[in-house]
Amino acid sequence: MAESRRIRIDVPALTRVEGEGSLKLSIEQGQITQLQLSIFEPPRYFEKFLEGRAYHEVPDIVARICGICPVAYQMTAVQALEQAFDFTPSDWVRRMRRLFYCGEWIQSHALHIHLLALPDYLGFDSAIAMAEQYPAQVQRGLELQALGNTIIKLFGGRSVHPVGARVGGFHHAPTDADIKRLNTQLEKARDSARALTNWCAQLPVPQDDDSFINVALKHESEYPLYEGTLAGSDGLSITAQEWEQYFEETHAPHSTALWSLYQGAPYLVGPLARLNLNRERLPAEIADNLNNTGIAFPSRNMFHSMLARAVEIELAIHEALELTAAYSVPERPFDDVIPRAGIGFGATEAPRGLLWHRYETDENGLIKHARIVPPTSQNQARIEQDLHNSLQAFGLEHPDDALRLHCEKVIRNYDPCISCATHFLQLELERQP
Amino acid sequence: MSTTVKPRIAVHKFSSCDGCQLAFLNLGGELIELTRRVDIRHFLEAGLDDPDADVDIAFVEGSLSTQDEIERIHRVRKHSRYLISIGACATSGGLQALRNLDNQHDQWRDAIYAKPEFIKTLNHARPIADEVRVDFELWGCPINSRQLLAAVNSLLFGVPPIEERDKVCMECKRQQRVCVMVTDNKPCLGPVTRTGCGALCPSFGRDCYGCYGPSDNPNTESLSKRFAGLGLMPDAVARRFLMINSAAPAFHDAGLIARSTDTGDGDNG
Ligand code: SF4
Ligand code: SF4
Ligand code: SF4
Repeated sequence: MAESRRIRIDVPALTRVEGEGSLKLSIEQGQITQLQLSIFEPPRYFEKFLEGRAYHEVPDIVARICGICPVAYQMTAVQALEQAFDFTPSDWVRRMRRLFYCGEWIQSHALHIHLLALPDYLGFDSAIAMAEQYPAQVQRGLELQALGNTIIKLFGGRSVHPVGARVGGFHHAPTDADIKRLNTQLEKARDSARALTNWCAQLPVPQDDDSFINVALKHESEYPLYEGTLAGSDGLSITAQEWEQYFEETHAPHSTALWSLYQGAPYLVGPLARLNLNRERLPAEIADNLNNTGIAFPSRNMFHSMLARAVEIELAIHEALELTAAYSVPERPFDDVIPRAGIGFGATEAPRGLLWHRYETDENGLIKHARIVPPTSQNQARIEQDLHNSLQAFGLEHPDDALRLHCEKVIRNYDPCISCATHFLQLELERQP
Repeated sequence: MSTTVKPRIAVHKFSSCDGCQLAFLNLGGELIELTRRVDIRHFLEAGLDDPDADVDIAFVEGSLSTQDEIERIHRVRKHSRYLISIGACATSGGLQALRNLDNQHDQWRDAIYAKPEFIKTLNHARPIADEVRVDFELWGCPINSRQLLAAVNSLLFGVPPIEERDKVCMECKRQQRVCVMVTDNKPCLGPVTRTGCGALCPSFGRDCYGCYGPSDNPNTESLSKRFAGLGLMPDAVARRFLMINSAAPAFHDAGLIARSTDTGDGDNG
């Protein structure tokens, strides 16, 4: 059996967590003696391809890490590279990156809620089966997802691996007419998003009260998407540069995913952590509506992650409305950057949580070294911890199938990249009396 | 369809980013419509898990990069009437095939993992057609929903899908776009890249980076010369070809030729 000692390593990799997963569970005398979530996603070695590439190729390369959140990878990379070059983007660029990012939140959250999470709560195998009984709700979800895609397409031409982002800004600025049309669509979607929040709030979720450290960005005036300082529910407040002093990545041999720990302990990133740390940044009407649901945040129930996603769809629509209302076509959608030898850090809030990049460049702007820490590897240790606690609370005496379903539901709260979160979990269960 | 039995389809994932499968999930209302016409048997992202179901059409995303994946693709082939590879990963090996270039896999793996013995990847990331017969290929990184629906519709009507082999340039000119190579000296791969995206990059004022792979009869030699004329050093020319589709023969060869002329100095940006 593979030992699960954690090893500290110096050169990290990027291995997204998805693909095959299996859970090894041993129960002896009503106690969990072993619990190991193994993930095997063949590594694709992105950090290594990046070495020797030019800075302007990076946004197109890192997008391919994830088809569901390419914008997050692009935005974090441009932020880090601009820091390495000591370049400050224009205010227009900053705002439009936020708008671009709103599109990805809406798209990714709507996809997760409707295709992955809701079927669990409503007792269906898949969204396709669910669509027969809940056609209006599924339709609403698909419309929200499409709206998110529309925003991404305006800036990137397509929603998967958009082609519009560059270091320094965007290749292309949408026209006034396009933005006006988008603004009208957003206005119409506002009520759907509100209805989605209220619906999610009504669905019964398992009771759960778990203590964990939340980690997310915080910004002085905004709900964090594209920028902010790194904050923790224990009072942590650092810049992206300081990440490596507080967090470390380890390689658990039972997984191809690297795990990251905060001062040696698991921690949570993602919508619930964000909302827990930033609820005072919600616009008043969204905060009021959330209060009216009777569910209090900060929440220590991981099953409130779906609701947090719905609230963030509302938030992203609200932000996008403001950003589009104040839109004007700039003279040029980017400024030229002058590459130089440097080191830059980027931290943004991907739909699944904090995404951190670090690049070292040479004087021509070629990448000497890259390091990328995706949200899912940050949640790895936390998922195992959560499974442990919540299986005990659920009751280990339940039949195997019920245990497996419960585990899947727990794992899906973290939205650990999509295929991992679907009905795939192989449970290897050993019971000893 | 006049038959009462709906055609069965499956969507399989190998080493990939999941972006091509999104061509299904981004169909919106048309996805629901599609499920009325076909019976989706296996599609993990949509919550359907039956990898060994016999199907009429299997869509395969991703490259082959582990022993397990090689065994799995043979099972997929056995259970499928038609097998369609979708996207650059499946048709050429994709971005991750960059590791094939200098046989760097082992060094990369050992540099990254504390316990490399647990990482069971193969040295090369390979396209699906290296291992099994592929009936049709959809190129692109990612493919788009239009390509996907066109292929499904053709097969449902029992006709072979139409292959797009023209160059991005043709589409770009048809749309009367301003040529970024002529006006801005940008090293555009449009003259050698397969059409299908709608000339997205030039329409955004930037150069094509070849994500749809090589077109028919790509004249990479003359384009490489043109890039050199724009001031690109050999290493920069090589990087143009060696990116998303570095293992597609036309791009692979053009990249290696450019590299071999590299003197190792000068401005490589
Ligand atoms: S071809 Fe591109 S979009 Fe498709 S799976 Fe591969 S990396 Fe993702
Ligand atoms: S911009 Fe590119 S694709 Fe368009 S005509 Fe010029 S070279 Fe061809
Ligand atoms: S123009 Fe080239 S790089 Fe851009 S989307 Fe089309 S094929 Fe891909």
